[in-house]
Amino acid sequence: MRRDDGSPGFGVYIHWPFCAAKCPYCDFNSHVRHQPVDQERFAEAFRREMAGMRERTGPREVTSIFLGGGTPSLMKPETVGAVLDAVAANWTVPDGIEITLEANPTSVEANRFRGYRAAGVNRVSLGVQALNDIDLRFLGRMHNVTEALTAIDLAREIFPRLSFDLIYARPLQTLEAWEAELRQAIGYAADHLSLYQLTIEEGTPFYALHRAKKFAIPDPDHAADLYELTQTVTAQAGLPAYEVSNHAVPGAESRHNLTYWRYGDYVGIGPGAHGRFVEGRQRIVTIAERHPENWLAAVEQNGTGITSGEQLTSWEEADELLLMGLRLREGIEVHRYEALANRGFEPERLSFLQQQGLVESIGNSRLRATQAGMSVLDALVADLAQ
Amino acid sequence: MNTPLSHIRNFSIVAHIDHGKSTLADRLIQLCGGLDAREMEGKEQVLDNMDIEKERGITIKAQTVRLAYTAKNGETYTLNLIDTPGHVDFAYEVSRSLRACEGSLLVVDASQGVEAQTLANVYQAIDANHEIVVVLNKVDLPAAEPERIKEQVEEVIGIDASQAVMISAKTGLGVPDVLEAIVQQLPPPREGDATKPLKAMLVDSWYDAYLGVIVLVRVIDGVLKKGQTIRMMGTGAKYPVERTGFFTPKMIQADQIGPGEFGFITASIKEVADTRVGDTITEDKRPTEAALAGFKPAQPVVFCGLFPVDAADFEDLRSAMGKLRLNDASFSFEMETSAALGFGFRCGFLGLLHLEIIQERLEREFNLDLIATAPSVVYRLVMADGGVQELHNPADMPDVMKIAAIEEPWIRATILTPDDYLGGILKLCQDRRGIQADLSYVGKRAMLVYDLPLNEVVFDFYDRLKSISKGYASFDYHLTDYREGDLVKMSILVNDEPVDALSMLVHRTAAEKRGRVLCEKLKDLIPQHMFKIPIQAAIGGRIIARETISALRKDVTAKCYGGDVTRKRKLLEKQKEGKKRMRQFGKVEIPQEAFIQALKMGDS
Repeated sequence: MRRDDGSPGFGVYIHWPFCAAKCPYCDFNSHVRHQPVDQERFAEAFRREMAGMRERTGPREVTSIFLGGGTPSLMKPETVGAVLDAVAANWTVPDGIEITLEANPTSVEANRFRGYRAAGVNRVSLGVQALNDIDLRFLGRMHNVTEALTAIDLAREIFPRLSFDLIYARPLQTLEAWEAELRQAIGYAADHLSLYQLTIEEGTPFYALHRAKKFAIPDPDHAADLYELTQTVTAQAGLPAYEVSNHAVPGAESRHNLTYWRYGDYVGIGPGAHGRFVEGRQRIVTIAERHPENWLAAVEQNGTGITSGEQLTSWEEADELLLMGLRLREGIEVHRYEALANRGFEPERLSFLQQQGLVESIGNSRLRATQAGMSVLDALVADLAQ
Repeated sequence: MNTPLSHIRNFSIVAHIDHGKSTLADRLIQLCGGLDAREMEGKEQVLDNMDIEKERGITIKAQTVRLAYTAKNGETYTLNLIDTPGHVDFAYEVSRSLRACEGSLLVVDASQGVEAQTLANVYQAIDANHEIVVVLNKVDLPAAEPERIKEQVEEVIGIDASQAVMISAKTGLGVPDVLEAIVQQLPPPREGDATKPLKAMLVDSWYDAYLGVIVLVRVIDGVLKKGQTIRMMGTGAKYPVERTGFFTPKMIQADQIGPGEFGFITASIKEVADTRVGDTITEDKRPTEAALAGFKPAQPVVFCGLFPVDAADFEDLRSAMGKLRLNDASFSFEMETSAALGFGFRCGFLGLLHLEIIQERLEREFNLDLIATAPSVVYRLVMADGGVQELHNPADMPDVMKIAAIEEPWIRATILTPDDYLGGILKLCQDRRGIQADLSYVGKRAMLVYDLPLNEVVFDFYDRLKSISKGYASFDYHLTDYREGDLVKMSILVNDEPVDALSMLVHRTAAEKRGRVLCEKLKDLIPQHMFKIPIQAAIGGRIIARETISALRKDVTAKCYGGDVTRKRKLLEKQKEGKKRMRQFGKVEIPQEAFIQALKMGDS
C-alpha cells in the first residue's frame, strides 16, 4: 500500500446514484429505481465521461479512486471492474493506490465483497451508522446489528483496509450510551472510523419531522459534550481525529478524502458529481447533471454529463482552501492561503483567536484549529475569511 | 372687489380624531358648491392630502377652504374654513391658525363625548378669543346620547351648549344648520381697513413642485396684490408677489386678497424654511407700524438619531431629509457619526408624533430602511462654571464633574379614562415620576392631570397607557417648564466596549431596572460568539446590571466532502455578507437588528 506523501494529490471520484431505499436523513444525490438498472449502459457512459475528462486534465498520476453514492455496493463486481479499467485507461494508476468502495452492510451486498476485491477495490467504507437496532430503524437502515457485524468481519477478512461510519448525537442519546456504543465500535474497527453527528438537512424526511417536533436532536451544549467525548475516547484508543469527523490510526487516513481537504485536484464522474482541477492555468469546477437517466442521455448524446462549471477566482479558491483545510488536524499551509487570498490573516484577529485557544500555529508555516476551535469551525472559518 | 368684513366668517374646526372633523368639512364644501359630487367621489377626505394624514386621520399642514354661502336672510357670505393640525406636537401652528380666525366649531361625537385632545384644542380656541359653535356629530347612531354629551360639554369645558347643532356628517343630516349657525353665531373679523398699510399673518406654507413655496396668509389690514413687493417682518426677506388667490379647495387665482380674508401667495420663495409660521407680512414700500405679537419660531423638543440600515443609503437619506424639510421647517437634522450605527443624522422634532410621521414618510415615500435611536429630550446642563448647555444626544454628555445640575423638560398631561383603568394609569404615572395635579370626574370618566418629566413620556408612555386602558384612555400634553432632576447617564458595555447608540439619560431611581432590562434584551439579541461576552450597564464606572452571553460550543458541519464545497463556499460568502450588516464592537459583532429591537424597549 502506498504511503501518504503529504501532497494534495489527484483523485478520481465515481458516483453511483442508486439506493435500495432512501434514508430519511440523507440529502445526497441518490435515487431509488424499481426496475433493474442497465449497469452496462452506465458503465459505458462512465467510460465516455472519463475519456472526455482526460482531455481536460491531461495526463495525471492518480493518487486514489473512490466509488461513492448512492450505494455503490449495488454495482455488480463486473461494473466496478469496468469502471476501474476505464480509470486506468485514461490516467496513470500506480499499483497499490487506495481504491475505496462504499458499501452497505446487508448480507446481499456482503456477498459481492470478494468480487469487488478481485476487481481491484482495496478499501471498503461500510455504512454501519449505529450498533443498536432501534436506532438503525429510526435511521431508516435496512440492516440490523447482527448483519452489520457479519459484514464487518467479512470485510476485514477480504479487504486490506476497512472503515465504517457511525451517526451519533441521535435523539435522546446520552453520553453514557454513546460512550458504550463507541467503545464497542472501536473494538470492531480496523484502522479508520467516520463518526458524524446527525444533522437535519433541508429537503429530507427528517427535516419535516424535526420541524413538526416529532423528534429533537441534542441541543448545542449536549452535542458539544458528545463531540468532546468522542475526541477523547478515540484518541485514547489510538484512533485520533485527523479531520472533524474522521478518525484513523496514524498513517491509515483516507488518501482520497485528504485530497478534498488538502484542496487537491479531483475529477467527478457520474450523476451529480463535482470535480475541481486545474485546466490550463485556472482551477475549474465541474458539476454534472444530477438526475441519473438524464445524465445518461446527456453523455450518450453529447459525450458529457457536465451541465455547469465555473472558473474559480483566486479569492474563491482561498475561501475553499480555508473551509476544507481547517477541517484537518494538520491544518493549512499559511503560505498557500496567503498566495491565493493575496493577503495574510489579520494579525490582531489571529492573536485574539490564539488567546482564546481556538487556533494554533504548527511551526512557522502551518495554522490549525485546536480541538475547541474544531467544534465551532464554521464560525471560526467565517471569522478568518473576512 | 373685496368682501365686506360683515360678510366674512373665519372659523376652524376643533375635534378629537375620529369625531368627524374631515367628514363635516367635506359636507360643508359640497353644500357650498366648492366641489361637485363627482369631484368629491373617490376622495376619502378632501382636506387631508398626505397618505399619512388620511391613514391616521390627522392633519399635519393647515389648509383653508373658501366657501360661498347664501344664508336664509338672502345674503351671500364668504366662509373661510381653516383646517388646523389636531395634534399637540403642532401646538404652535395650531395656536397661530386659531389666532387667524374668530370662531370655532367644536365637533364632539355624540356617543363618545369629550376627549383629552378636544379639551386641549378647545382651550386654545377659547384662549384665542373664539366664539364657539358646539356641533354634536353622529346623533343618528343608536349609542348617541346627545343630551348627556351636551351636559358634559357644559360641565367640563364650561361653554354654553344649549344651541348645539345636532348632525350626522355622514348622512348630511343637520349640516345646513351648521352653515347657518356659523353666520349667526360667529362674529365677522373684528378689525380690517383696506386703506391701511398691508398687515398679514403667515399662517402656513408648503412646497409645491410646480409653484415653489405656497404661503397661506390671513390679511388683517390693507390689500395683498400681485406685483407688490412684500417683506417678512421676522426675517426681513423681501419677495415680489407672483400669484394671489384662494382655495375652494381648488386653487383659484384672484387679483387680490382683502382685509379679513384668507388666501395664498407665491413669490419665488425657495424654501419653506424661509417662511415662518406667525410671521407678519407687509408691503416693503409702505410697511405697517407694528408686527403681530407672539411670533416665535418652533423649537424642537424631542431628538433622535436616524441611521440608514444600509450605509450605502446615507446620501439618499440626506436628500430625502432635505426634501421633507422643504415642507417642514420645524424638523431639523444634522450629521452624526455613531460607532454602532455608522453615519446618520441627529434629528429634532416637535414631539413624538412628529418624529413618527417623519420616520414613516422617510421609509415610505423615499423607500429607506432606518434605525432610530431611543428618543431623547433636550436637557439643560447647568455647568459648574455657571454656563448653561443644551444636550441633544446622551452620547455627547460632558464629564459629570463639570456639571452642577441637569434640568429636564416637564409637561402637563391630561388623561381621560374610563374609571376601570384609573388604578393602572395612576400607577403608570407614579412610576414615571408623575406629580398629580388634579383628579376629577367627567360623567363616568376620570380626568387626570399630571405633571410628568418628558423623558419618561418619550419612553413608550403612550403605548403603555394604551395597553393599560385597552385603548380607551386619551392623552394630551403641553410643555410647561424645566426642572432639575437626579439624572445619570447610563452606558451599555458589550465585552467591555461602550456602545454609544445605547447610552441614555435616566433618573437615578430607574437606572438599575432599565439597565437590567436592556442587558437581558441584548443577551437574547446578540448571537453567541466563539467566546463569552459580558453585557453590562454602567453609571460612570459603577456596574449596575450584568448579563453574560455564553460562548458558542458547537457550530461545525459534520460531513464535508468534494461535492459540498461550492455550496459551503456560497454559505460562507453569505455569512461574510451578513457580517457586513453587523457592527463591530471590539471583537463582538452586533447585528443591526439587535439595535433596532433593543431600542424598541418594552416597559421597564
